Amino acid sequence: MKALWRWIVAAIVLLLGRGRRPPRVEHERLVPAGKPSPRAEFLVLGLFGATAACAIAFVVVYAIESIPHQTQFLGLSLGLAFAFLAAALILIAHRLVVTEELEEDYPVPAHPAEQEALMELVEESGGRMTRKRLLILGGGAAGAALGAALVTPALSLGPAFEIAPFFRTPWRRGVRLVDERGRPLHASDILEETFYTAYAEGADREDIGSPLVVVRLRAADLDLPAGREGWAPRGIVAYSKICTHAGCAVALYRKPTFPPVEPRPALVCPCHYSTFDPARGAKVLYGPAGRPLPQLPLLVGPGGELRAAGNFSGAVGPAWWGVRNRRPS
Amino acid sequence: MIRRTVRFLDERTGSAPFLRKALRYVFPDHWSFLLGEVALYAFVVLVGTGIYLTLFFDPSTATTYYHGEYRPLHGFQMTEAYRSVVDISFKVKAGLLIRQTHHWAADVFVVAIVLHLLRIFFTGAFRKPRDLTYYIGLSMLAFALLEGYLGYSLADDLLSGMGLAIGYSVLMSVPVVGANLAELVWGGPFPGTPAFWSRMYVAHVFLLPMLIATLLGAHLLLVAARHHTQFRGPRKTERKVVGVPTFPGYAPRSLGLASAVTAVLFLLGGLVQINPIWLWGPYHVDQGTNGAQPDWYLGWLIGALRLVPGFDVTIGSYTLVPNPFWGGALLPLLVFGFLFLFPWAERRLTGDRAFHNLLDRPRDAPWRTAIGAAVFTWAALIFLAGSADRVFVTFFVSYGWQILFFRVAVWLVPVLVLVVTRRVCLELQASERVERERKLAEEEARRAAALEPVR
Amino acid sequence: MRGVVRRLLVLAALALLAPGAAAAQSGSGLYAENCLRCHGPGGSGTPRGPRLRGVGAISADLYLRTGYMPLRSPGDQPTRRRSPFNPQQIDALVAYVASLGKGDPVPRPHPERGSLPVGLRLFTEHCAGCHQVLGEGGYVTGARVPPLEHATATQIAEAVRVGPYLMPRFPKTQITDRELDSLIAYVEWAKHPDDRGGWAIGHIGPVPEGLVAWLLAGTALVAVCVVIGKRNEA
Repeated sequence: MKALWRWIVAAIVLLLGRGRRPPRVEHERLVPAGKPSPRAEFLVLGLFGATAACAIAFVVVYAIESIPHQTQFLGLSLGLAFAFLAAALILIAHRLVVTEELEEDYPVPAHPAEQEALMELVEESGGRMTRKRLLILGGGAAGAALGAALVTPALSLGPAFEIAPFFRTPWRRGVRLVDERGRPLHASDILEETFYTAYAEGADREDIGSPLVVVRLRAADLDLPAGREGWAPRGIVAYSKICTHAGCAVALYRKPTFPPVEPRPALVCPCHYSTFDPARGAKVLYGPAGRPLPQLPLLVGPGGELRAAGNFSGAVGPAWWGVRNRRPS
Repeated sequence: MIRRTVRFLDERTGSAPFLRKALRYVFPDHWSFLLGEVALYAFVVLVGTGIYLTLFFDPSTATTYYHGEYRPLHGFQMTEAYRSVVDISFKVKAGLLIRQTHHWAADVFVVAIVLHLLRIFFTGAFRKPRDLTYYIGLSMLAFALLEGYLGYSLADDLLSGMGLAIGYSVLMSVPVVGANLAELVWGGPFPGTPAFWSRMYVAHVFLLPMLIATLLGAHLLLVAARHHTQFRGPRKTERKVVGVPTFPGYAPRSLGLASAVTAVLFLLGGLVQINPIWLWGPYHVDQGTNGAQPDWYLGWLIGALRLVPGFDVTIGSYTLVPNPFWGGALLPLLVFGFLFLFPWAERRLTGDRAFHNLLDRPRDAPWRTAIGAAVFTWAALIFLAGSADRVFVTFFVSYGWQILFFRVAVWLVPVLVLVVTRRVCLELQASERVERERKLAEEEARRAAALEPVR
Repeated sequence: MRGVVRRLLVLAALALLAPGAAAAQSGSGLYAENCLRCHGPGGSGTPRGPRLRGVGAISADLYLRTGYMPLRSPGDQPTRRRSPFNPQQIDALVAYVASLGKGDPVPRPHPERGSLPVGLRLFTEHCAGCHQVLGEGGYVTGARVPPLEHATATQIAEAVRVGPYLMPRFPKTQITDRELDSLIAYVEWAKHPDDRGGWAIGHIGPVPEGLVAWLLAGTALVAVCVVIGKRNEA
C-alpha cells in the first residue's frame, strides 16, 4: 500500500513538476537561452498522448479481428499516430527549442597545395619506372581482358545469339485449333459477328506463338494478300493474338451492326490501340503498329475440325531487326 | 545518463569532436530545401515495408490453382507469385496495409524526387561544385523508375503483365542489339524462363536498393561536404552560409518531416486502395484489359508509344528501328540526356565556370528557366496524351482528336512556353530593378531633405 | 337464337382482339412516328438504318430500354440515355418490332444461379478487352465502350446476344445460357467489387493513383515543408 502511494506521488510529481534550472556560474553559452513556452509544452504533451493513443489503437485493431475494415482502421490509427508525432516534433522545433541563425564559412573551393602534393606523390612514386606508358598500356590490356572474361558468364543468362527461338511456334500443318479447355474447334462453331480465341493443341498456355484470334467473315468481303488464297476456308481467318507493336493480347473486336455507316470490322489492341483489318490480312488501319498481325493458314479437317495448314505468314510478336527476314517454319 | 552515453561513445569511437561539429552543422532554412528529405523518408518507408513484404512474397512462376478466401478467383490458374500477393492482401493481418503503403511510398518517392529535381534545376543548384551531386541524383531517379517498374511487375497481375510485355518490346526495339539483350534478360523470347522472375526479384529487393542506398549515401555526403546552397539574403554570401544548426534546431524539424511523410504514406496505405491485383486477375499472354496503364511515373512512355505514328524503319527485309523504340527508349534517353548534359551545356554557353554557393531565383536565369519550363511542358504533354483514352471515356472528348491535338501541341506549346517564360522572367527582373531604383531615389530624397536646413 | 350467339361470339372475339389490336396499333403508330424514317416501313430497312425484320423482341427491348434508340443521326454511336418513351410505349414498340418477323424473345437470365469465378473467366476472355476488367468502360477505335454500372441483368443478357453497335454478338454456342448467368453475376458483382483496400478511386488503376500521389500526397507534403521551413524574404 505504501509502495503504491509512493508510485502515485512520483507520477504526480513527474506530470506536474517542472524542472527549475539550477543556478549556474555565468559562462558563455553554446546554445542561447530561449523563452519558455508552457502552453506549447502542454500541447506537445497532449500530442504525445494522442500519438500513444493512436498507436495503442493500432495494436487493438490488429488484435481484434472482428473489427471490420481492418486495413482502413489500421492505416488510420498508425497514420494518425505518426501525424500527431509529426505535429509534436514540429511544435518542439518552433516553440520548445531555440531556432538559431548561425553563420559558418563555406568550405574552401579547392586545396591547391594538397592537390600539388597528391600530384607529386603519384609522380615521384613512379620514379623507378622507365617505361611508364608501356606498362600502363600493358596493365590496361590485362585489366580489360580480365574484365571481359569476368563478364562473359553473363551470356549464360539467355540464348543471346540465337535468333531461331523468335521464329519458333507450336503450329505445323495439321495441328488442331483448340479452345481454352483443350476442346477442338469445328468450322461450324465459328459464326460471323463474333470473335474466338484459339490455341495450338498441346502447346504451353504461355507460349506467345500459340494464341490466335479467329473470326469468320463473308468470303466476298475477304481481300487477303497475294498467295493466301486458300488460307481462309469458309471465310474463317486466324491471326496471331499477340500484337506486333508491343506484345499485348489483341483482345478487342469491332463488328458493325449497320455497316453502311459504321466502321468496318477490326481487331484492336487495348494497349496503344493498334487496329488491324481481318479482311485484308490484318493490315494496320490505325495506331502505332509497324506491321500486320501474322496470319495462320487454316484448313478444315475430315471431321470438320479446324487445323493449321502451315505456319504463320510472319514472326509472332513485337519486332526486332530480323523480324521480316523469314517466316516461322 | 546523457553524460554516460557521450563518454561511452567518445571512448569507443573517438567521435566527440566530429559529433560536436556535426550537431552544429548549419542548414539553410527554406521550405523547398526539404523536398529532397521527403524523398529520403519515402525511401526509408519503402525499405521498411519492402522488407516486411519479402517475408511473405513467393517469387515463383510455378503454376498453382487458387483456393483461398477471395471467391471470384476460385479455381483460377495463376503463378505462386500472384497467389502470394493475393494472400498478403487477404490472409496476412495488416498485409494489405503494408502492401499499399509500400506502393504509395513508391509513387510518392518519385513525386518527391521530381519536385526536388525541379527545385534543383530552377535554382541552379546543380552548378559547380555540386554537379557531381546532381549526376548522382539523376542516376537515383533513373534507378527509382526501374525499381518501381520491377516492383509492381513482380505481382504478375494482368495489368503489370501487359506492362512487362511492353517493356520487352521496347528492349527488342533497340537497333542491332535489342533482340539479343531481350533474350539475355528474359532468358529467351517472351515470357522467358522461370529464372526471369528470380532476376526481377533479386534486382528489386537487393541489387537496386543497394545501388540506390549507396548513391544516396554519396549524395548526402557530398551535400554535407560542400554544404547546402542558400538563397541570397542579409549575411548570406558565397563565402558564408547562414542557417539553423542540426541540434537543437534542425533535428526536430527533420524528424517531424520524417513522421509527416510516414503519416501520409500510412494514411494513404490504409484509406486509398492502390493496385488491387485481386480485381485484375492473374496475367496470361493471351489476355488483355482495356484501360491498362503503367504506374504514373512511366506515363510519359505510354503517351509517347501511343503518339508515335505507325511505322517501322526498314531497309528491304531488315527492320532497322521497330516502332516502340521512339517512344519507349529514345524519349527517356533524350530527357535524361538533356538533364545530364545541362550543367556542362550551361557552362559552355554562358562561360560561367565559377563556383556557386548562392542560388538563383528562377527569374534570375531567364534562359535556364525558360528552357527548363519548355522541356518540362514537353514531357508533361506527352504524359497527358497517355491518359487520353480515360479522358475520352470520362469526358467524351474524341480519342482520335486528342491524339492529333497532342501530336501538334507537344511541339508547339513548349516553344510558346519558352518564349513566354523568358519574357516573364525578364519583366519580373525589370520590375524589381524599377522598384529598387525607386527606393534608392526615395532614400536620396529623404537624406537630402534631412540635411537641408529648415528655412 | 343462332344470330344472338353469333353476335355474342363476334363481340367476344372483338373483345379479345381489341386490346391486342389496339396495342399493335399504338406500337405501329409509335413506330411510324419515331422509327419509320430510318428503319423503313415494316422494318424493311433504308440506307439510314438496318432492317428490323427478325431482330426480335430481344433487340428492340435492349435498344429502347437503354435509350440507345431513337438515334439523332444515323452515324452516331448509340449512348445510354433517358428514353423519350414511357414503359408502356416501349412495351408496345417491342411487341410491334417482334411481330415483324421471327426473332428471339426478351431473355430471362438467372444470375443468382451463376458462379463468380466462371463469370470472371468469361468476362476476361470475351469482354475485358473493350469493357475493362471491372466494366469501367473503355475505347475501341472509333467508339466509346460504355461502363456497365447501369446495365440491368436483362440488358446484359440482351447485349451479349444482340451485339449492339460495334459490339460482337455472342451466340449460345459460344456462351451458353448457364455461362451467361455467371457472366451477368460477375458484372453485377463488379458494380460493387471487393474494395477492402479503401477508396477505390474508379477501379481503373494507375491514372487516378497518380493523381492522388500528386494532388493529395504531393500537396500535403509540400504544405508540411512550408510549415516547417521558412519562406524567402520579399
